[in-house]
Amino acid sequence: MTVLSLKNVYKSFGAVEVLKDINIEVEEGEFVVFVGPSGCGKSTLLRIIAGLEDATSGEVNIGGIVVNTTPPSKRGIAMVFQSYALYPHLNVRGNMSLALKQEGHSKAKIASRITEASRMLNLEDYLDRYPSELSGGQRQRVAIGRAIVRQPKLFLFDEPLSNLDAALRMNTRLEIANLHQQLGTSIVYVTHDQTEAMTLADKIVVLRAGRVEQIGSPMELYNNPVNQFVAGFLGSPSMNFLPAETVTPGDTRTLGIRPEDLVLSAEGPIQATVQHVEHLGGDTNVIAMTGDKQITARFFGQHDLPAGQEVALGFAQEKARYFDANGMRQA
Amino acid sequence: MSQARTNPFNSAAMHGALILYTLIALFPVFIILINSFKSRKFIFREPLALPNAESFSLIGYQTVMKQGDFFLYFQNSMIVTVASLFFILLFGAMAAFALSEYRFRGNMILGLYLALGIMVPIRIGTVAILEMMVSTGLVNTLWALILVYTAQGLPLAVFILTEFMRQVSDDLKNAARVDGLSEYTIFFRLVLPLVRPALATVAVFNMIPIWNDLWFPLILAPAEETKTLTLGSQVFIGQFVTDWNAVLSALSMAILPVLLLYVIFSRQLIRGLTSGAVK
Repeated sequence: MTVLSLKNVYKSFGAVEVLKDINIEVEEGEFVVFVGPSGCGKSTLLRIIAGLEDATSGEVNIGGIVVNTTPPSKRGIAMVFQSYALYPHLNVRGNMSLALKQEGHSKAKIASRITEASRMLNLEDYLDRYPSELSGGQRQRVAIGRAIVRQPKLFLFDEPLSNLDAALRMNTRLEIANLHQQLGTSIVYVTHDQTEAMTLADKIVVLRAGRVEQIGSPMELYNNPVNQFVAGFLGSPSMNFLPAETVTPGDTRTLGIRPEDLVLSAEGPIQATVQHVEHLGGDTNVIAMTGDKQITARFFGQHDLPAGQEVALGFAQEKARYFDANGMRQA
Repeated sequence: MSQARTNPFNSAAMHGALILYTLIALFPVFIILINSFKSRKFIFREPLALPNAESFSLIGYQTVMKQGDFFLYFQNSMIVTVASLFFILLFGAMAAFALSEYRFRGNMILGLYLALGIMVPIRIGTVAILEMMVSTGLVNTLWALILVYTAQGLPLAVFILTEFMRQVSDDLKNAARVDGLSEYTIFFRLVLPLVRPALATVAVFNMIPIWNDLWFPLILAPAEETKTLTLGSQVFIGQFVTDWNAVLSALSMAILPVLLLYVIFSRQLIRGLTSGAVK
């Protein structure tokens, strides 16, 4: 069953068109991540799904019902915000129960849902605390708990991890993945971080300047990007782009090759000078210059390459991707 | 913090300057207070001396209590001040919420129009206001004063509160909308408590001019039963003879309620004044 479908959604603020012809479907139980650079319209799109903004034209359909004019609270959605947005005057229990009270549920039902959600999120000991007495990670869990208790058809996450530090971000990412498995509810998740997108998503929607660039599973997008933007956006370190004539004389296209697909080989077609080496322990990132282009290679294990050394880099031809002058993928 | 802040010499100099300013600011109040407890002869002979056994006298307070209905004036001033503050804060906050929260045609123009009132003194319109009050039959009612003071206070209130409300997190308001709270609930339960320091600031800025005002009570409500404290105290100031004991006593008593309200608001006020600068 399709939980969410967006049909020809446009949004403009005055003369500025921020979303153009968006068509997206989210199936039951699917984890969909909207990813794109800042200002690409991904948060606006999420707000349109939530009902916090109106689409200028097009149709928003949640659970088989067109909800264009339905207020946010009646759409069957729950949202987790970047800044947690906990009610400062209510304790954790109050924060979680407010929406249920508004919906008119019985006290017993509210209590049982809160018990269940706080057990899942390890919040049992904090139910009587106020948001100001909680750490960042705990606040984020309360914000998620507030969404869970409503048992919505669709969860919306607006960059929920960007206010957390790196270690906590990784943990919370795992928690969100686990939670999705336990609940089985569809999730739409907005982020600018491609790692989050790759690790969490069943399906990634890449947005740029208000347009959908590509929709697909993480590996599909990683292996078969439709254009240079998607190729460069996903993957870290990002894909190297070189004029193809560096390798094949007379070729006017752009060659795209991922850092991990580059190997050291004596006869390799790319000649480069090592500029800087990043030792990560497990991997080694080598940043080198070939002509006036910077190129990054990622080698497994530890390699000792001094700066200034000349290296020859090669790659398997089937790993190479070619793009035309407009950035579109060539077969 | 920085070295300069903890340097004892700087700290002493800073406190010295503040104490000096406090003394200068409080000196007139102090003079009024001590002289209100002295007999007329001693007020003029030694205005700076503290009251002693010889000069002590309560004649001023007795005159004030006997003459005129001092408690009624007091009550009128209180009603006018509190009611005006209530309406200024209520309507000011509501307008500020609309201006800061909703996108609508003319939002900017409306904001500027409301702010324009800060620059135009309301007394310029006294004649028109008086005509309006006469034709609506509001002359010599407390409502006349409450309405005028509310109008006088609104521009600054809207201006200050709009800025503060812009700082309230959008996510918080949106979370409440997703949870099904009405716009009124969001305004009263979420936003107002968060801008409390700003409300206190606006209240204090408006309270003192309203309490002290002589102009509008004199013109719009000079009747005996609607006189405010400031106007009531004028009976002791004559063209030829002024009853200084009574004037000083009346003024001393007039200070108290403002002082009380200020103490209530001051904690919030300090937060309101510094929150923009520090955070």
